[in-house]
Amino acid sequence: MSQLILRRVGMMILIMLVVALLLFLMNEGDPRLIARSVLGPYAQDQQLDAWIAQHGYDRPIMVRYFDWIGRVLSGDLGDSIIYKRPVNEIFWDRLGNTGILAGVTFVVMVVVALTLGVLAGMKEGSAQDRVISVFSITTTSIPEYASAVLLAWIFVFGLGWLPGTSAMTGGFNVVELILPVMVLTLYGFGYVARMTRASMAEVMTNHYIRTAMLKGLPYRHIIMKHALRNALIAPFTVIMLQINWLLSGVVVTEFAFGYKGFGALLLEAALRRDIFVIEACGLAAVFVAVFTQTIGDLGYTYLNPRIRFK
Amino acid sequence: MATNSDSTPLVRPDSTILNAVKAMALLRESPVGMVGALIVLFFVLLAIFAPLVSPYDPNATMLPFAFPGTAAPDGGVFLFGTDHLGRDILSRIIWGGQRVLFYATVATISAYIVGILMGLAAGYFRGYLDEIISFFANVILSFPIMVLYVLIIAKLGASGLNIVFAVVFASSPGIMRIVRGVTMDIATRDYIAASQTRGEGPWYIMLVEILPNARSPLIVDFCLRMGYTTITIGALGFLGLGLPPPDPDWGGMITETRAFVTGGFPHMAIMPACAVSLLVLGFNLLADGLREVSLRD
Repeated sequence: MSQLILRRVGMMILIMLVVALLLFLMNEGDPRLIARSVLGPYAQDQQLDAWIAQHGYDRPIMVRYFDWIGRVLSGDLGDSIIYKRPVNEIFWDRLGNTGILAGVTFVVMVVVALTLGVLAGMKEGSAQDRVISVFSITTTSIPEYASAVLLAWIFVFGLGWLPGTSAMTGGFNVVELILPVMVLTLYGFGYVARMTRASMAEVMTNHYIRTAMLKGLPYRHIIMKHALRNALIAPFTVIMLQINWLLSGVVVTEFAFGYKGFGALLLEAALRRDIFVIEACGLAAVFVAVFTQTIGDLGYTYLNPRIRFK
Repeated sequence: MATNSDSTPLVRPDSTILNAVKAMALLRESPVGMVGALIVLFFVLLAIFAPLVSPYDPNATMLPFAFPGTAAPDGGVFLFGTDHLGRDILSRIIWGGQRVLFYATVATISAYIVGILMGLAAGYFRGYLDEIISFFANVILSFPIMVLYVLIIAKLGASGLNIVFAVVFASSPGIMRIVRGVTMDIATRDYIAASQTRGEGPWYIMLVEILPNARSPLIVDFCLRMGYTTITIGALGFLGLGLPPPDPDWGGMITETRAFVTGGFPHMAIMPACAVSLLVLGFNLLADGLREVSLRD
């Protein structure tokens, strides 16, 4: 087990280094472009050259890469070109906001997905199963930007229950979080529900479940004590991988509702070539994705006794 | 006259065309798959015959803020209403669908060509080549996919070609993984050993012996990916990174008019939102039906 952990963590670090290299080459490959982004379109060639020399961008690219990695590791993310402030001052707030949105969504989504998946899978082929399956395949087909306008139409324009934007201008407000969470959950839960359903249906065909039924155990007891524990191993990995998808959805959803999170920040930075913000957002996104993936793999190994005791 | 009674084994027809027809016939057994196929077919026909069925020029500005069913100045009717610039929404959905389907198909097929070649090579040759290809696939797959799209499109600029490139870059690793797995499995079969003994070259074996036998999981995945690419093209349009205006694309239509949803003109953004959802639903149902049918064999 400890060897496996070491190998996984080593892989994670290697992937992060390569991702960092890709981000670096994409954004800082050409020093003149950086100087142009920082100094603006009207800067003279001599000014660009002076800026490049002054900030050490005339050094070989690999030297700059490792220098940059060192600075990022020590917590210096550089200065934002748009906001004229250190990236650190903007970035962590935004990341925290996204953490709230993604965290709430994650909890809601996992609860909805597991419940529906288990309900569908415990009676495979029943009407209950059919209804849940059709519902989840339908919601999975409605992308976030479509459900954002559909839900806004129903809940903001039609019923007038919820606010249409989530900019949180008057401080943090839970009500403004409802629509984005709904949008993300609706689009995202189907896959986990599907996996849970398949896993549950498979467990229900096992002999030990039949034994428990023939023994006369109450149905609820069979599901809760005997079936669930085995049925939830497979979805666990999928749930952890879901965080990667959630981060994708966050970019679209934050833009749709004007939520001040890291996805909106990334989009703004990418559109306006705010190099250091792009790098910080890219690194953070990939770090979260790779980290959760590693946890997912390790957790799967740990949870599955067949692998654990081999 | 010889007849085929149930007891005599039928000779299985082996031509690809016959097999394809058989697969289509099998799909009839899955009602879900049929519904999906009909939805997709509907949008494909709409796209092909867009010049004939589209009532107006999609970019012509006529009567702004018309609700669905309003009479048009030329005597016709705006079935889906018009947008804030007075463009007919039905026409824009039809032409936008053509554009979305065209780019989704080109991008998905390109991603498949790249992914299949990489997956075959990795799964057949194994060794260092496999390690290298798999590592880079892992690197690309570790990006949240929308983050990757935003980074690529913002760097390269928004155009149809760049969207195709971004889709190939982002989704070929996933295809490669599937092909690699199936290839590693098939490569152990006797008929592969037989063709190796015959002295066939590696690419002949991969493309002629292995690939046709790997098709069934790939066809299901292809339908899912078509749906996902449709979503992606819409999402990029929605974020303002999509196909360049003024020609319609569904995501762009939603983003241009979504401010009017709460202002009393919800139809402008809701029509394209329904269109994209319906098409994606079609692809998902089709994939579901095909999966069901392929598992039944």
